[in-house]
Amino acid sequence: MPTVTHNLMKLFRGSSNQTATPAPQPKLTRRSSGIGEISRVLNSQDGLCVLDVGATSANNIRFLTGRGHKNYSEDLLRASLDPALRSRDSEGNTIVDAKKFLDENLVYGNGIFDIVLCWNLADYMEESLVKPTIDRLWSQMKAGGLLLAFFHTRDAGPDSTCYRYHVTGTDMLEMQEVRFAPPGRPASEKQAPRLQRVFNNRHIENLFRDFASIKFFLARDNIREVLVVR
Amino acid sequence: MDAQQPDGPQSRELATIGKSVVIKGDLSGSEDLYIDGQVEGSIDLRHHSLTVGPNGNVKAGISAKSIIIQGKVDGSLTASDRLDLRKSAVVTGDVTTQRIAIEEGAFLKGKVDIQKEAGKGAAS
Repeated sequence: MPTVTHNLMKLFRGSSNQTATPAPQPKLTRRSSGIGEISRVLNSQDGLCVLDVGATSANNIRFLTGRGHKNYSEDLLRASLDPALRSRDSEGNTIVDAKKFLDENLVYGNGIFDIVLCWNLADYMEESLVKPTIDRLWSQMKAGGLLLAFFHTRDAGPDSTCYRYHVTGTDMLEMQEVRFAPPGRPASEKQAPRLQRVFNNRHIENLFRDFASIKFFLARDNIREVLVVR
Repeated sequence: MDAQQPDGPQSRELATIGKSVVIKGDLSGSEDLYIDGQVEGSIDLRHHSLTVGPNGNVKAGISAKSIIIQGKVDGSLTASDRLDLRKSAVVTGDVTTQRIAIEEGAFLKGKVDIQKEAGKGAAS
């Protein structure tokens, strides 16, 4: 929070013309029962196809390819913020074109993925895109495939921190705050994604009703982890 | 337009496509190439390096020995040795390589397939 001292120091220091490279966001850690189960599968099998729909993670790509798995990356949250998906209806309300979104993203054949890392996508994505995206993922997963998703258990407010997650191969996850500019916008327009909603258990069960089974893990940081089997 | 270099002694010079240059067609060559302009088509530098600079905008399938991306690429990338995505890279397409390095901030949408040569490691 700016203080009088801080503002005075800025005044005397003057402005700088240097464009400093922003430091990467610090990494936090959290224990995750869901990723623990995923890690056991990743460490015990070869040649799995893994889809990571979170922010591009060099860490995850290195880890997965280093274990001999095929890694697919799609930052779906960032893609969902594309201004080209948005238009106004006759009453001035913003509508998001789910068909266009799925025409341009998650364009794969059926039954490809053994594991899908969904992270906190559903909590932060535009509501009209969530169910179509989950349905598309269902069709692209192999029978018996695993999908991991995180949901807030209480309304932490629209400004609650959105994290990206890095796999470590154990039951520990590394987390970094995520900020990005929507597609086609300059880096100066980086913004933090806003929490859109809080799902309750029934909502989550409905969301994944086409899957074979669902397992919940509750964590102390008000995150509900969900591991579903295709 | 085809811009094809004739076979001959391998050169250590670096060919450059500047940021005001726009090329549509198939590029192939026997020297390293730096692209900071716009290229649409295909790029084949089988035994050499390709660098896409920060202003580069490439819509092409790329095949090279090593590839460094600082700009925008829409197309598949095949690097027989190594692929480097720098922090300003925006890549949409499947990637096949022996080794990959990705800086924090790089964006990748597509498949990463590491294909190791026998007897060589892949991690970097």
